Amino acid sequence: MAIIDVRKLRKEFNGLVAVDDISFSVGKGEIFGLLGPNGAGKTTIISVLATILKPTECEAKVCGYDVCSEPYDIRGCIGIVFQDPSLDEKLTARENLDFHARMYGMSSKKREDKIEEVLEMVSLQDRADSLVETFSGGMRRRLEIARGLMHYPKVLFLDEPTLGLDPQTRHVIWKYIVELKKKYGVTVILTTHYMEEADKLCDRIAIMDNGKIIALDTPEELKNSLGGDLIVLKGKDVQKLKSKLKKFATKIREFNSSLSLSVKDAEKSLPKIMRAVGGDKIDSIKMQKPTLDDVFLHYTGRRIREEKADKMSKFRARRMARMRR
Amino acid sequence: MTFQAIYTLWLRELKRFWRAKSRIVGILAQSFFFLAIVGFGLNNIVEISGTSYTTFMAPGIVCMTIMFSSIFAGVSVLWDKQFGFLKEILVAPVSRLSIMLGKALGGATTSILQGLLVLFVVTAFGMVPFSIFGLTIALVIMVITSVTFVSMGLAIASKMDDPHGFQLIMNFLVMPMFMLSGAFFPIENLPAPLMFFVSIDPLTYAVDGMRSVLLGVSTYPLALSLGVLSVFCLTMLAIGACFFNRIT
Ligand SMILES: Nc1ncnc2c1ncn2[C@@H]1O[C@H](COP(=O)(O)OP(=O)(O)OP(=O)(O)O)[C@@H](O)[C@H]1O
Ligand SMILES: [Mg+2]
Repeated sequence: MAIIDVRKLRKEFNGLVAVDDISFSVGKGEIFGLLGPNGAGKTTIISVLATILKPTECEAKVCGYDVCSEPYDIRGCIGIVFQDPSLDEKLTARENLDFHARMYGMSSKKREDKIEEVLEMVSLQDRADSLVETFSGGMRRRLEIARGLMHYPKVLFLDEPTLGLDPQTRHVIWKYIVELKKKYGVTVILTTHYMEEADKLCDRIAIMDNGKIIALDTPEELKNSLGGDLIVLKGKDVQKLKSKLKKFATKIREFNSSLSLSVKDAEKSLPKIMRAVGGDKIDSIKMQKPTLDDVFLHYTGRRIREEKADKMSKFRARRMARMRR
Repeated sequence: MTFQAIYTLWLRELKRFWRAKSRIVGILAQSFFFLAIVGFGLNNIVEISGTSYTTFMAPGIVCMTIMFSSIFAGVSVLWDKQFGFLKEILVAPVSRLSIMLGKALGGATTSILQGLLVLFVVTAFGMVPFSIFGLTIALVIMVITSVTFVSMGLAIASKMDDPHGFQLIMNFLVMPMFMLSGAFFPIENLPAPLMFFVSIDPLTYAVDGMRSVLLGVSTYPLALSLGVLSVFCLTMLAIGACFFNRIT
């Protein structure tokens, strides 16, 4: 049963098409990933589904309610962690959580228990009564995630939830997201720039570019769609290697000074390839199962990793700008 | 409309108010600055309707404190927007009307607290005679005035994207309303064109009503001032709620 049903969703900003007639549906209890470069339209989709942005074309249902005509019903059934900062810095961590719990109508007993629980999960117990303005960027992010989990929403939107977190905290958050799904059947829509995160967590992933979904499947199927395993060679004369090796690969691509070949079975192909290369010089050869990174490269012609560093610095700069004010 | 949400928003305003001590000090200092320098400066030269100038001015200063702090409280939504917290509020399963009312009541409460402090001081210094009845009606006027101006602030903030235009509001709306309200001088002798602006300024009725209950002198009958002020209040609340409803 679909808990989110999007049909031909469209959003334009003064003529700029941010989301271009997108359709997809998400089943109950599914963890659904939106993956794409900056400006692909991920945040716009989430904002529309969370009813904080009006779409140009309204054909989307969340929890069975229409995003344009029944926003109030949707708000009661969803939770969201925004991409941009959204805490009250003049309140303490505990007060931020308490505010949230009250706005969602939680009883006082439930509120207290749940606040302790989520604070512990993001390891902020000992800073619970400090003002948020004294928190680091990572601590703020952890608090925002804790807040999104406060009330048990049926659908949880996480817009780049672990951006800027250290690996340890990221793992704790991942564990909690999986637990949410298993224990409470929460449906999660997540955007991320971390391939590992998408691969590990998501049941299905939609790869987006320029406001369109260009591939949508399970991580396994997406990787298989590249036509098997990958063999990556580095050599002096890539062009020559390419012409020699074409016949062994289902797909062949050049990337900087290396060549990546998609093959059915890497173990069996490797000796044949070595023989075919013959006397030509190769610097290194590597065999790997395809990663989502490769899938991303295949569909968009870009590596998402290149943008990650850039993204991080943008994120930091934004937080810093806020703090200086 | 949910009571808990309104209470939650109200509570937040109070907590923030209590923590922003420098802002409170600033607004109170401004009030006492006017009273001390302008009031005492003119005290020996000017006498109006048989009362000393500081006494004449005191009710106006209380109203000024209420107006400034109320407008500021309403416009503070812009800072919520700037810091992203408004999204957190707007995505909650709470009607826009409750959000607007929670913000308005919170802002009104904090500005009434400031107004009461100024009123307490001017009464303690004997600039205004002490009377339980007078002070009670004064409190009623303060409540209506603050709800009017918080709603006005909220309505303005709903139409703006960031706090940069705040200075503009101060210069072209708040200051003229303050100057024309008769807080500093009797309005009876003003030329007719100015009188028009005076009569559409809600603060005029607040100041006049306040002067009526505290000093027993006024331009309009108390019932008229209270009536007009209440109409302004309900109108501003409606406009504020309507504008706020369309905020995204
Ligand atoms: N409020 C707005 N006004 C005008 N254009 C906007 C607005 N919000 C987003 N856009 C545009 O819509 C497009 C999609 O933006 P969106 O924020 O959805 O991207 P994203 O996939 O979330 O990117 P990122 O990874 O950087 O968060 C971009 O081209 C952006 O410039
Ligand atoms: Mg985004």
